[in-house]
Amino acid sequence: MEIESVASMCARLETTGYLCEESLATVTWLALTMQRPLLLEGEPGTGKTALAEAIAESLDLPLIRLQCYEGIDATQALYDWDFPRQILHLRALEAVAGGKSEQAVEEAEKSLYDARFLLARPVLAALQQSPVVLLVDEVDRADDEFEAFLLEVLSTYQVSIPELGTVKATVPPVVVLTSNRTRELHDALKRRCLYAWIDHPGLEREVAILRSRAPEISQALARQVVQVVQQLRDRDDLLKPPGVAETIDWARSLHVLGTTDLDLEVASATLGALVKYREDTDRVKQALDRMLAT
Amino acid sequence: MNHQPDEVLLGFTRALRAAGVPVTQDRAQSFLAAVALVGLDDRRATYWAGQATLCAGPDDLERYDQVFEAWFSARDGLPRTRAREVPQTVLTNLPEDEPGAFEDADDADEIVRAAASAVEVLRHRDVAALSAAEKRRLNAMFATLRPHAPMRRTARHVSWHRGEIDAHHTLRQSLRRMGEPAELRWRRRGERPRRVVLLVDVSGSMSGYADALLRLSHKISTGSTTGRHVEVFTIGTRLTRITRALRLRDPERALVAAGETVPDWSGGTRLGESIKVFLDRWGGRGMARGAVVVVFSDGWERGDPALLGEQMDRLQRVAHRVVWVNPHRGKAGYEPVQQGVLAALPHVDDFLAGHSLATFAELLEVVGRA
Repeated sequence: MEIESVASMCARLETTGYLCEESLATVTWLALTMQRPLLLEGEPGTGKTALAEAIAESLDLPLIRLQCYEGIDATQALYDWDFPRQILHLRALEAVAGGKSEQAVEEAEKSLYDARFLLARPVLAALQQSPVVLLVDEVDRADDEFEAFLLEVLSTYQVSIPELGTVKATVPPVVVLTSNRTRELHDALKRRCLYAWIDHPGLEREVAILRSRAPEISQALARQVVQVVQQLRDRDDLLKPPGVAETIDWARSLHVLGTTDLDLEVASATLGALVKYREDTDRVKQALDRMLAT
Repeated sequence: MNHQPDEVLLGFTRALRAAGVPVTQDRAQSFLAAVALVGLDDRRATYWAGQATLCAGPDDLERYDQVFEAWFSARDGLPRTRAREVPQTVLTNLPEDEPGAFEDADDADEIVRAAASAVEVLRHRDVAALSAAEKRRLNAMFATLRPHAPMRRTARHVSWHRGEIDAHHTLRQSLRRMGEPAELRWRRRGERPRRVVLLVDVSGSMSGYADALLRLSHKISTGSTTGRHVEVFTIGTRLTRITRALRLRDPERALVAAGETVPDWSGGTRLGESIKVFLDRWGGRGMARGAVVVVFSDGWERGDPALLGEQMDRLQRVAHRVVWVNPHRGKAGYEPVQQGVLAALPHVDDFLAGHSLATFAELLEVVGRA
């Protein structure tokens, strides 16, 4: 899992089709080498989740994903006991032995908390199967209690299950957290992590990303598409400026329609792939008039 | 004059701290470790390593850039002397000492009899029209306000004596009895405080109220139930987040900290733009979603009222409840004629007065019930 240098990190990510700035590659490399979690923030659609996927692919490790949501708790992130199976097991024991002696009872009880009745949720699974890449997606959606719990796991890479003992990762998993900044994360959690802010890519970079994600699209169309998107991003009156993910969607839908040269008609017909608000659609349509007229 | 690399780097973290980036000891340690890995000779890698280890959010990035530039470009060592920080003038209406205000203090008897009614009168006085001494007494009275948080239901359940059956607990109970069906357990949806977002207009036309409104905001953001779920911003010519400053327990220190954060005291008003920035950067992403949003403003809008209307419409669609507090509303003969207010009113759930302590208490009621 050791990667010698930033350059080779960059190259590895590139082989998976994830093109990133050298700065991001440096931070990723540092996170891997220092065995620290990586906290990614940035506008939606700039490739935060994709980076985790690319890291997993480039290191040839499985990716375990934990999608956070409001109200998520330890039983959904860590582990849970499989109650119905435990009860079935008890019934089966009863039917076979009748469970008379003290000893039998105790043993039956012990057999209930066996590893086979344990449902490993993403975090525990990651610790058990490490080395893996653990992606904690949209951690800002979970509530503070969950953050505290995450902090505990991330600082020791171990989890103790009262009935079973402690599970410790032999190798710390590569942990990537993403956040959309809907709320400020706790400082203690941030301090554990290396921080990276992902910005929208520049023109050349975005064309390259588009070409590598959707190779079927011609260079000329890709350039046209990216130029339009970048101009839209520069405007400040859009509710949700399109991200890279939208650029790729849009280019793909243009390609599916057999477009080789971007024109006004087909562009406005496929706008649904690019902007997701009615107000934005109106504004973008007007802007397209001007952009594509010349 | 050469210095040890560690010394230079640690000096840099100190400079960064002085510039307002909260660099802690362990962050500084990570920074040293990271730079050791990438190599100090690589300036760009050092820059990124520092950014990853020392910054905690986009707000820090700009400061980091400036300090990095200043530290590693201008000279190749420690700075000679750091310029003393210029004491900043804070434009809050902190109470001034006014000798003579309590001159009649010898007359203790008089005071006791007058006290109750004076307090009651002060509660209803317009805060912008108070003298410095009255203001000081009013400030103490802010302690009597009791903010309580509006609640919302969550996805998480709690045990309850009725409601829906809690399969998880029921099975756990029966497991304890070796699989024998046991008593049923019940659960219901839990409750959590709803987020409250305060947008305080600090433009020139509101300057008489800014101090009192910030005190109120401080009271709400340090309240025992509301505390951690409150976000405070000032609006004016630009949007400034002062949540962190107002977390300080002591109201005076908190107000000074807030005063240092806000660059546009008593400036012009561009409500529409400020609210737009709030929605773009914070609100739309989730901060205003399902929250109670309180806008403190008199609605004097220098910008385009249509933009304000549009943004208030957006705000109302995202937020749970939008409350507009106008200090002039409680005054006799007030008519909502300012263009800003006219544009915003159709998109507001509650339109309240906010010029005295009594109206502030009413506001807290409305927010608590939302």
